[in-house]
Amino acid sequence: MEALVKSDFLHKEAAPAPPFVLWRPTAKHGVIGWLTTVDHKRIGFLYGISALAFFIVGGLEALCIRLQLMVPNNHFLTSAQYSEMFTMHATTMIFLVIMPLGNAFFNFIMPLQVGARDVAFPRMNAFAYWIFLVGAIILNIGWFTKDGAPDAGWFGYAPLTTRTFSPTHAIDMWVMGLQLLGVSSMIGAFNFIVTIINLRAPGMTMMRLPVFTWMTLFTSFLIVLSFPAITIALVEIMMDRLFGTNFFEVSNGGLPILWQHLFWIFGHPEVYILILPAMGIISEILPTFSRKPLFGYPIVVFSGASIGFLGFGVWSHHMFTTGMGTTATAAFALMTMAIAVPTGVKIFNWIGTLWGGHISMRTPMMFALGFLWMFMIGGLSGIMHSAAPADAQQHGSYFVVAHFHYVLIGGSLFAIFAGIHYWFPLMFGRKVSEFWGKLSFWLVFIGFNVTFFPMHFLGLEGMPRRTFTYDKNMGWETGNMVATVGTFILGLGALIYFVTMVYTYYKGEKTTKDPWDARTLEWSLPNPPPEYNYQALPTVHARDGWWYAKLHPDIVAKEDAEHKQADEAHGGLHMPHQSIYPFLASCGMLIGGIGVSVIDPANPHDWPGFWGPKIAVTILGGAIMFVSILLWALEGNDGYHIHLNDDGSIKSSDQTAPAAHH
Amino acid sequence: MSTAAATIDHHHDASTSTGIPNKKLLMWAFLASDCMFFGCLISTHLIYRLHPPPGTLPAKQVFSIELTSFSTFILLMSSLMMALAVNAIQKGNLKSLRWSLLTTILFGCIFLGCQVYEFREFVFVKHLTITNSILGTTFFTLTGTHGLHVLIGVIWLSSMLIYSFTGRLSEKDAIDVESMGLYWHFVDIVWIVIFTAVYLLEYL
Repeated sequence: MEALVKSDFLHKEAAPAPPFVLWRPTAKHGVIGWLTTVDHKRIGFLYGISALAFFIVGGLEALCIRLQLMVPNNHFLTSAQYSEMFTMHATTMIFLVIMPLGNAFFNFIMPLQVGARDVAFPRMNAFAYWIFLVGAIILNIGWFTKDGAPDAGWFGYAPLTTRTFSPTHAIDMWVMGLQLLGVSSMIGAFNFIVTIINLRAPGMTMMRLPVFTWMTLFTSFLIVLSFPAITIALVEIMMDRLFGTNFFEVSNGGLPILWQHLFWIFGHPEVYILILPAMGIISEILPTFSRKPLFGYPIVVFSGASIGFLGFGVWSHHMFTTGMGTTATAAFALMTMAIAVPTGVKIFNWIGTLWGGHISMRTPMMFALGFLWMFMIGGLSGIMHSAAPADAQQHGSYFVVAHFHYVLIGGSLFAIFAGIHYWFPLMFGRKVSEFWGKLSFWLVFIGFNVTFFPMHFLGLEGMPRRTFTYDKNMGWETGNMVATVGTFILGLGALIYFVTMVYTYYKGEKTTKDPWDARTLEWSLPNPPPEYNYQALPTVHARDGWWYAKLHPDIVAKEDAEHKQADEAHGGLHMPHQSIYPFLASCGMLIGGIGVSVIDPANPHDWPGFWGPKIAVTILGGAIMFVSILLWALEGNDGYHIHLNDDGSIKSSDQTAPAAHH
Repeated sequence: MSTAAATIDHHHDASTSTGIPNKKLLMWAFLASDCMFFGCLISTHLIYRLHPPPGTLPAKQVFSIELTSFSTFILLMSSLMMALAVNAIQKGNLKSLRWSLLTTILFGCIFLGCQVYEFREFVFVKHLTITNSILGTTFFTLTGTHGLHVLIGVIWLSSMLIYSFTGRLSEKDAIDVESMGLYWHFVDIVWIVIFTAVYLLEYL
């Protein structure tokens, strides 16, 4: 009662203030609809489309690299252009293709799998996407300026990246772009962590979560804990470049080895950030097409957790040749061997899932089986690197190039291709042609192996990484010629894959609900899923929730009716308002980022040259960002309510008026 | 609705799977990553401390431990006032909330003032700058980053103080103040680590 009295007293003192809303966008379509969307499915789509655009860019860069290396003493590219190509190929493929493709699935699939109506912080989710786009733009501005694209490798080892050795703005753009991409990834990851832990449907206990959702959770934790290391490393190099500090300035006591440690404390968990989502996708596809539950679910989950955990203790195996001393080398070699164990456990669980299953060879399954085999080859050559003496021989050679392409293409990309195929009917309501799908699989599979298998031998024969050309008498020309031919087969396969996807999006055969007869909750939705996802929040009774629901339709119908009633009693389905501020805030970041990284200081002789266009543009961008975030905070997160007809169409919506309930 | 507002359960959120409010979970996740941010900066300082180039000014001759001890004490006391502010809003006591917030802001500003004074002393009297030595580089970057955290906290607290007068902040928003409190306590705890690793270590 005391609380009641006090509360009434306070209400007299100041009436609750209404949210301060300048503009409440309601458009669902058109440019405004996309710029202001907070729907996790549309944001996932944006991530996917952007990643595919950058996949073309990164793929063309790869083709240039291979054309240059096709024959000895080639002059297709200059050595400077070649450095830009391999730097931007790696940076693009890792940060602008595989990570955002993972994010596309996290966004689109994960909230559906846990039975949520959206992510925990929908506007923040949109913010993460727009910052990603800003980072990607800043990273690529160099192609269009006199400074050229970043050319210090994706690892950006100091002191090569210091002002002394890279005086142009190319490295500034690389630093700023990566910094923003890190911010984007972290904001996204915070959101996914809260969503998975807090927004599960009734009955969806942690040990009933689909494995893909588990892997999303582990990946998000890896992002949250590893990206700070590269953020600080980038801050340090940025301070060195902009303000003349001494972090990596050897003459004043700086230690370039520090960069390597900070970078790889991020860089090795990053490898698992790229592969864990792939493992999650595979763990969804194999059970569906083997018509069996996943073999050893808890073991798959816990081995994912131990991969994530051990992933923080192996970073120095990238640095065996730096002379760390025998103790450190032995410790990191042991940890690296140890981390192969949970990975191997997963492989055996997947084989166990296939074992005795009723296997149906559809295109997603072909890519998934391709993953299993190719990722295993990449994993085995990875274990070879854990032996420090052997690694000393392989370090910086094409053997390493072969290894990580088997992990990143044969692993991550195959799984992502499988996942796109698998969830395409759910996302767009159309089914991809099996013929064109399988044709693209075989071309990608053959092209990939023809390209990268010879690189093992090239590496063992001593061909160094990042070399822009080589002499005829080295005995490398056959391997390089074969690899280049393979690249074109791989490129053709990828082209057919994506042309098929685009064709299917517009013209493909319409499909019914749950075309694969799958097991997890997202398949209980009509395709494409409506904006509010679930008409009635699902109740989960078992690990493969949708499979259980298909077997017990009466129980599910009764619970759905109860949930619908409960929703109506609370005033309808709660939906988040759209907002323009995440987009505007990232526009501020783009302007500020250009100010920091692209524009020259006012007076080069009075370095760092304080006042001038550089400072003005930076402050302008910062101000736009600050004002946007302030308005964002003031518009509130009330949301609105919708009421549905029985067929799922929207009966009424109070979108224009603020919702009364919380 | 008014009776519902009067009996808000500040320790359990029925709308989430775990009962933990989303904003609180978000803040915990953020603080986990902030640990790594400061961890990397502090490690950088400690590694470079072991490798001073010849002719480096000993840190002991630069630091003024009396001033820093005073500002450390003030910052710790601000945590006490922050805890009182969280307690006040959870009881719906806006008057007490305002006094507690004001004191927290004031203490935060005193800490920042001490830091500004300290930086000026170091640069203009002791001639330790961010560019002229590795100690200056790591010291100013690390403590500057912490100072930035305090500054953001002060701005955030000030907005809460203002909104407690306009009606935008009331008992139903206790979770906002509580999340802010988590941030503020974290920034204080980090300072304890920095004070030990950067300052006290030099006097061993």
